[in-house]
Amino acid sequence: MLSLEGITDSIHNWLNHALNPTLAMLSEFVMVGLCVITLFAMLGLVLIMMERKVSAYMQVRIGPNRVGPGGMFQTLADTLKLVVKEGLTPDGADHFLFNLAPFVVLSASMLALAPVAFAKGFQVWDLPIGILYVSAISSVSVIGILMAGWASNNKYSLLGAMRSGAQIVSYELSAGLSVLTIVILTGSLRISDIIQAQQDGWWIFKGHIPAIIAFVIFLIAVTAETNRAPFDMAEAESELTAGFHTEYSGMKFALFFLAEYVNIFIVCAIGAALFFGGWMPFHIGHWESFNHIMDFIPSSIWFTGKTFALIFVIMWFRWTFPRLRIDQLLNLEWKYLLPISMANLLLTTFVAIKGWYF
Amino acid sequence: MKNVEEIGTTEQGELIINVGPQHPSTHGVLHLVITLDGETIRNVEPHLGYIHRSIEKMCESLSYRQFIYVTSRMDYLSSHINNHGCAMCVEKGLQIEVPPRAKVIRVLMDELTRLASHQLWWGALAMDVGALTPFFHAFREREMINSIMEETCGARLTMNYMVPGGVMIDLHPNFQPGVKEFITHFKSKIDEYDELVTDNVIFQNRMKGVGTLSKEDAISYGCTGPTARGSGVRCDVRKLFPYEVYAGLRFDEIIETGGDCFARYMVRMKEMRQSLSIIEQLIDNIPEGDFQAKTKAVLKLPKGEFYTKIETARGEFGVYIISEGGMTPYRIKFRSPGFSNLSALNHMARGYKIGDLVAIMGSLDLVIPDIDR
Repeated sequence: MLSLEGITDSIHNWLNHALNPTLAMLSEFVMVGLCVITLFAMLGLVLIMMERKVSAYMQVRIGPNRVGPGGMFQTLADTLKLVVKEGLTPDGADHFLFNLAPFVVLSASMLALAPVAFAKGFQVWDLPIGILYVSAISSVSVIGILMAGWASNNKYSLLGAMRSGAQIVSYELSAGLSVLTIVILTGSLRISDIIQAQQDGWWIFKGHIPAIIAFVIFLIAVTAETNRAPFDMAEAESELTAGFHTEYSGMKFALFFLAEYVNIFIVCAIGAALFFGGWMPFHIGHWESFNHIMDFIPSSIWFTGKTFALIFVIMWFRWTFPRLRIDQLLNLEWKYLLPISMANLLLTTFVAIKGWYF
Repeated sequence: MKNVEEIGTTEQGELIINVGPQHPSTHGVLHLVITLDGETIRNVEPHLGYIHRSIEKMCESLSYRQFIYVTSRMDYLSSHINNHGCAMCVEKGLQIEVPPRAKVIRVLMDELTRLASHQLWWGALAMDVGALTPFFHAFREREMINSIMEETCGARLTMNYMVPGGVMIDLHPNFQPGVKEFITHFKSKIDEYDELVTDNVIFQNRMKGVGTLSKEDAISYGCTGPTARGSGVRCDVRKLFPYEVYAGLRFDEIIETGGDCFARYMVRMKEMRQSLSIIEQLIDNIPEGDFQAKTKAVLKLPKGEFYTKIETARGEFGVYIISEGGMTPYRIKFRSPGFSNLSALNHMARGYKIGDLVAIMGSLDLVIPDIDR
């Protein structure tokens, strides 16, 4: 059975054997960096294609079907178009900030990729505060969005950026609190610990009521945090044309677009890790033989399956729901989600102290 | 009026934004200058003239047979009903008796057009409030109506099917089975429309209590059609001043008293069901006979003034002809429903958010070439 853990370990050992430790670490950095960039490009292509096909099936259309078999290379062609397109900077814009903004947004989502466990032992950096790190880094992207909106010198962009700021900052609270539910049950912020704790069942089943409430809140909050419909206030194409990226074109626009899709992937991967055990196969308590059969499916397939199932749910949201209004959006967070998640946190603490979970 | 290039912010620090003429939610080249206090709308000033084609002036040099088809280009979604209104006005002037078959065909086509228009409106409104999928579902059903139209009239959007004294050609043999198939199909789909959009909590929150227009205001702004009926004003021309065969049909005038976007939405949704029922009543009862009355080759209206009104998908469409007795009208004035409905926009949108402005515009069902002729 293909084990990614084995491959990474052998590469690590071989490098340390052949080179001195500093050089070995540097070359590992380069390799990881290349992997992350490749993953980024691949994710962009796959997710955009997926979105177009999902929306097409929901909208009684066929979707892209001309470039390559079944339209597979449509995103590739689109990317090529965006790469060769002139990246305009408007006259009145603040040139430095305008050009910096897409990179801030992109770097934020690249950094957030670090603690994501793609398979058993296949993780860029298993740092002890993994979950905290993700929620901290993901809020950096709001700086990029505000920067883009302000530097564009366009009123639509400014309104979009302001909306986005209010939205991301508010919804981070709920997302953070729902993540804390699992942290309390596990007793660790480290991603690998959280996944290991789900060896005899995923938290969504083991944690029963508090975990399910937390999962629903998490799903709503991350949809809002990634600026996806029905919370796509920052773009709201029927109101603000394109929101904060109205003035962007060419590759700079593509970077925003890419960052959006990678952010969806990251939040879904984190959601899968927290509630559905990440790469952990479907295990039930002490059913040893059943668990053993489940172990035959490689952990990377479990991870991909869970993550893409969650991504599908988020896409499903987008193509079904109308958009909320900005005040309704903030009401939902401050008047409903936040009190519920706080109460849920208390409930979880109670459950954890009493040991009423499986 | 300030110069558009110069405006930025007002003295009170309010933001001035140009919405349109190129904007995704104005559905055409409408230009709104909106004053914003944060996200709250303080003032909306519609600017027209981007698609002015001086249709009324053009009509003065066209004969009474020709000018009918120019009106297809006004409210292109109910082009058929516009043509109908003009044909009725000419018939009124010449006192032509329209054969019963032509009357029924006209009403059938009117109601099909109304359905097609409301379907497009439904999809576009859902798109305005952020749901993209309903738009495609609406177009799927609208396509069936367009195909029916194409078979009989030869065109899908600007049908040009009316002539003074009847309709241009007889119905296509496929018309009756096609319409019946459409009715059975659409009856199941309209419930799907309700499930997908009407019953959605987010959609109701976006619509209810937004853009309220009182009964008095609706009357004083001259609103007609679903916009006025959503505020509780009885104004359905088909009921109050029945033309063609409407007097003998069983259908309800839909009145909602809420006055908000949701009331206007519900009026149109219920009107679709009423149109379906009208079509059902008529489709098996198309009388035999001529589809066109015998008229002279050159029509000359007697000296005088003639006015007819008709209920389009958007409201009351009036045609006013002044004739000097010649081959062409001396002056033509059209009363388009969209213009009056748009004039209430500022009153309705003030104090609401930008997102609401889009919803209010969607609920007014504006067609810009109808407003700006």
